[in-house]
Amino acid sequence: MEAVAQKIRETAAKLLSEGKVDCVIGYAQGTVPMRDYPYFAYTPEEAQNLTWSPFCCNNLANFLIRRPKGEIGKVAIVAQGCVSRSIVGLIKENQIAREDVYILGVPSPGMVDRRKVQDRFPLKTITEVTVDGEDLVVKGKDFEERIPQKEVRRDNCYTCVQRNPVIVDEMMGEEGPSDWGGNIDAVAAPWEKLEPGERWEAFIDEVDSCIRCYACRDACPLCYCHVCFVDEAMPQWCGKTQDEADVATFHILRAFHCAGRCTDCGACESACPQGIKVRRFTSKIEKDIRELYDYSPGMDLEATPPLSVYRPNDPQEFIK
Amino acid sequence: MRNTYVPYPVRIKKAEVATEDKQLKTFLLEFINEQEGEDFNYIPGQFAELSVSGYGEIPIGIASSPTEGNDLLFTVNKVGSVSTQLHNMNEGDIMGVRGPLGNSYPLSEMEGKNIVIVAGGFAVTTLRSTMIWLLDPANRSKYGDITFIYGARTPGLLLYEEEWRQWRESGQANVNITIDREAEGWDGLVGFVPTVCEEVAPKPDNAVALICGPPVMIRFTQPVFDKLGWQPEQIVMSLENRMKCGIGICGRCNVGPEYVCKDGPVFTKAHLDQLPKEY
Amino acid sequence: MADKILAKDKLGDFLGKLQADYEVYAPQEVEGKPQWAPVEESDKVLWDFSNTHTSPKDFFFPQTEIMMRFKNVQDHENGMVMEAEPPLANKRLLFNIRPCDAKAFQVLDLIFVQDEMTNDLFWKDKRDKTTLVGLACSDPCPSCFCTSMNCGPASTTGLDALVFDLGDKLLVRALTEKGEAVAEGLDDAAEADQAAAEEQTKAAEAQISSSVGMDKVNERSVMELYEAGMWDRVYENCLNCGTCTYVCPTCHCFDIQDETQGESGRRVRNWDNCMSWLFTMHGTGHNPRGAKKDRVRQRFMHKFKYIPVKRDGEIGCVGCGRCVLLCPVNIDVRRVVNDMNA
Repeated sequence: MEAVAQKIRETAAKLLSEGKVDCVIGYAQGTVPMRDYPYFAYTPEEAQNLTWSPFCCNNLANFLIRRPKGEIGKVAIVAQGCVSRSIVGLIKENQIAREDVYILGVPSPGMVDRRKVQDRFPLKTITEVTVDGEDLVVKGKDFEERIPQKEVRRDNCYTCVQRNPVIVDEMMGEEGPSDWGGNIDAVAAPWEKLEPGERWEAFIDEVDSCIRCYACRDACPLCYCHVCFVDEAMPQWCGKTQDEADVATFHILRAFHCAGRCTDCGACESACPQGIKVRRFTSKIEKDIRELYDYSPGMDLEATPPLSVYRPNDPQEFIK
Repeated sequence: MRNTYVPYPVRIKKAEVATEDKQLKTFLLEFINEQEGEDFNYIPGQFAELSVSGYGEIPIGIASSPTEGNDLLFTVNKVGSVSTQLHNMNEGDIMGVRGPLGNSYPLSEMEGKNIVIVAGGFAVTTLRSTMIWLLDPANRSKYGDITFIYGARTPGLLLYEEEWRQWRESGQANVNITIDREAEGWDGLVGFVPTVCEEVAPKPDNAVALICGPPVMIRFTQPVFDKLGWQPEQIVMSLENRMKCGIGICGRCNVGPEYVCKDGPVFTKAHLDQLPKEY
Repeated sequence: MADKILAKDKLGDFLGKLQADYEVYAPQEVEGKPQWAPVEESDKVLWDFSNTHTSPKDFFFPQTEIMMRFKNVQDHENGMVMEAEPPLANKRLLFNIRPCDAKAFQVLDLIFVQDEMTNDLFWKDKRDKTTLVGLACSDPCPSCFCTSMNCGPASTTGLDALVFDLGDKLLVRALTEKGEAVAEGLDDAAEADQAAAEEQTKAAEAQISSSVGMDKVNERSVMELYEAGMWDRVYENCLNCGTCTYVCPTCHCFDIQDETQGESGRRVRNWDNCMSWLFTMHGTGHNPRGAKKDRVRQRFMHKFKYIPVKRDGEIGCVGCGRCVLLCPVNIDVRRVVNDMNA
């Protein structure tokens, strides 16, 4: 891990000093445990602040968009599998140009779910978490414990199908195995097992604690609409209150808006202050798209997204 | 204690399309409960939230003067859902008014001074209120010369024609009305407001200027007043920002530490020079 | 009133008695997190917790609050009925609120209730009917910085009473009449107990490891801070989500919306936040805070400069550290203020 971080720093410094890019988007070490944060390095000196760890839980592709045009020129970006898939998606949706992005590819180590670590120490304050090989060393005021990383990864990292970047300009480490052996289809299984009534109940139960901060949306590289449907005032599609109907409308519409586009990066879940399992909402939709159209988003620059193409033999049994 | 979020019910006494482009409509509102009208003590420069149940509220400058009685006059531009609904309402319909809100023009500090009023487009509303107030027999003698400069793009976009013709005829104020370009049937001034200001050349000595208009007008009028020797303390402006509560809480209309709805909308140029340009 | 003492094993009786007069709420473990909940069993009341996951501001300023209801009534002389929502029916007591959260309400009082016109009765009614019994912090977190924000682990501002957890007993210090009503009937505390409480407070203050400087922020003018170069970096990774504002005990921006169904409807206020670009957008399309930088700067300037300028030096932050822990991109308010103060 440290070798990858070192390679990122060296490469970033070189790219910046040679003027090949104007900015390198990576991560820097956070001020609280298990929260490394998106960092923009503009100089070789700033490149020394870059890091790489299992605490890099945002999707950096998000920062390729949502910026005023011309604010930064050509950028290099640190991308593991899911982030590279998001970049592919953004290129295919004409949000960014391939030649404007220099991809520093990293094999994903699998990111840590800080909530799972916290749950091991209910109500206690964790003061420091460090990586030691395959383990985490978790420290608090009156405890110190070792936890294998593989027990506390984010859900989406267990079912990841693409740990290595799909497009890359320069690799920052050896490619690793492409998955962890998890079954991506299993994510949707709980929904499939439930009767519609129970499914609705489970869904409402999940969004019950939502505070509508929209961190899930704002952390998501798919959500680049200039005015999100939830913010539209004329016409107003969705109420602004905490009423069940309003909260549910937001999550349902957002999930459908991501259909055939979600790379299961987990940034939404990591961002949510309430710990809502946001990515589960898209899981069944994505599974249907895999089954019906044999398509997984962001895997291939040449493949056509199923929702932007018409084929006479498209399956349509689900249209009722 | 009265809940300041609950509007006073008012009846639309008169609703008239005010401009040829039908974008502006003027409403005369009558309080349903007379006492509430009596208690609605306002000063020119203040605004109110017009409340249309089911649609929401919009902050609009009060165009009437308290010297005209208890009915309230508002001229509303059709831009959003509330103002559009308001435009669809008819005489006799019931709506709500919440206020009066904000500070006002510094009328007492202006006593003994010459007054210059510069207005562009429909920003003239609270300046109509001010003019009526200043020209009221009870107040006129407290002020020096009054100069009124007002411009719109076309004659059909000029508001309150009856009033400014009367001010002119009464000889109590120097009234200068201008339109941007020559138009058929218009024999008055032609030219942008800043140009007319340059021609009228109001003197800064012992004077206060109230300037309201679109940003572009302000931008070009400012240097004219600078050149004429006016100091920032003598120039008074009224700002607009998006508002909801109207009472300095909800957090969206602030310009630096000042809430436009509560500490404003009226600020001196000297004060605005110390604040971020977030308006 | 002298300091009182309450044996912890008598807590059930104590709270039970209070429940005759108040709805009593306290931090309890809900879904693994310390959160506010009505007290049903006194042994569920938490003592060893840092602070509740989100702030208790929704007791006074609910995320969604009906302000009034309206109805078109053809035969009514007004044609329309507009009625404010009725006031709170019962008195409330928040037990074991952290001093920082209580301090936040005192700051918010200065904003919600200013004069005859700026007199938010929805806020005031709930404040008047609520008693705040604080729990002094004995074990502050690394993310706490209350001592830099006119507050501290045993700050009394905004509280009606303050409780010190002395192990098997509680020292109860009444601070207001409302607090005296709560402490009434308890035995006086011994000097040794008072000494233990002081000792605990000193130790807690010493444990607060982060500090934030405000001296230069106070000295500098609004424009000097506003134009500082640091803002060019602070906003870079901000997502412009509302997490920091919604978990913050002092953030209080709101939106007002009308909703209708048939001939009746309601006017509702919902939390809103300055991070949203639509927050300040004019009907004309002009936006005074159109750029992300403007909005991020607004939030920090509001808390650390605008509120102090307008409210006699009070700060719009109490150092609770919730935003530090929950910001999805680790924009650490301590770092930002120290940059403003650099």
